[in-house]
Amino acid sequence: MHISNGIIDGPVAAIFGALALAVLTFCVLRGRRDLDDRLAPMAGLVAAFIFAVQMLNFPIFTAGVSGHLLGGVLAALLVGPWVGALCVAVVLIVQALVFGDGGVAMLGLNITNMAIIGTAAGYLLIALLLRVLPRTNAGLAITAFVSALVSVVVASQGFVLEYWLGGTTDLGGNLAGLAGTMAGVHLLIGIGEGLITATTVVTVAKVRPDLVYALRARRPVAPAAPTVPVAGGAR
Amino acid sequence: MSRRSWPFVLGGLLIALLLAGVVSNYASAHPDGLDSSLLKGCTVNAEGEITGGSCPAQKSQRHELSDSPLADYGVRGISNGFLSTGLSGVLGVLLTFALGGGLFWLARRRGPAPAGASAAPGGGPAGTDRPASRAGSAG
Repeated sequence: MHISNGIIDGPVAAIFGALALAVLTFCVLRGRRDLDDRLAPMAGLVAAFIFAVQMLNFPIFTAGVSGHLLGGVLAALLVGPWVGALCVAVVLIVQALVFGDGGVAMLGLNITNMAIIGTAAGYLLIALLLRVLPRTNAGLAITAFVSALVSVVVASQGFVLEYWLGGTTDLGGNLAGLAGTMAGVHLLIGIGEGLITATTVVTVAKVRPDLVYALRARRPVAPAAPTVPVAGGAR
Repeated sequence: MSRRSWPFVLGGLLIALLLAGVVSNYASAHPDGLDSSLLKGCTVNAEGEITGGSCPAQKSQRHELSDSPLADYGVRGISNGFLSTGLSGVLGVLLTFALGGGLFWLARRRGPAPAGASAAPGGGPAGTDRPASRAGSAG
């Protein structure tokens, strides 16, 4: 889903560059609370793994179209949303600056869609589904699959918004057509994203459950702790 | 809880190297979901260049660094496609791990975990103030 140069105009690309920088800075500040001696190497691995799997374009049913992992939900499940968004951003920066993939001028847009929107939308669903579904590997797999699928579709609509703001070609008012095409294709790609994400996360959960960030939330679900009224603690 | 993560990380890195170094050669070469959506309405030749029509991608431009030695996931100067793609993948995984892992390692929190969600204002553990340094700078 890497945007090439010339697709979105310069001013809009620059605005999203500033936006992405601000959000990533916040992610660094907030993510430092999660980053300890054990999570830091794991986050490096997650970034490297996402880079590798992004090279593996898989065909989708539509003739002549492929898709690849974005990785936001995978990263959020393994290392948390803040560090996870940073992992995807590192991958996108390496791809733009070294591999000529995704315009350097479009980097802010690509980080916004794949690292920020994809991870944020996915993490909201992760937080919801992990609360509702059974605390088993099957529950984790369903959470991963659904969150990953939805996150890809939402990220694709991030692009549509950007094209509406600064697309270089006049669509003649047919933005809805582009939105529909993007959503349809990315629904299919999202199935691949979901399968890869679920398989990877469940594999890690079986080998080293202590290294799955999302499973830390399982612990505090102790049977109803005695509720002590706290002064001013009501929301 | 306190098991080390390094053995797992090294194992995972090997898998990533295998995926990027070997499996990447079997990836689909078709344009991805975004590129194909943006080409709707245009005609393209075998190289994927736009030859006519009207589509959202018609004003796309060359990449700033399309002459980079690793551009388009190949190593310039290596004519064997399998080797070129695989080697670029291996280099990319190592580079991403070094850059990402290095930055995360530098940014990591040192000292005890913050209590709950709210970190104490002022951060670091008490008693780290070194009077000696102050004396030194005064002189």
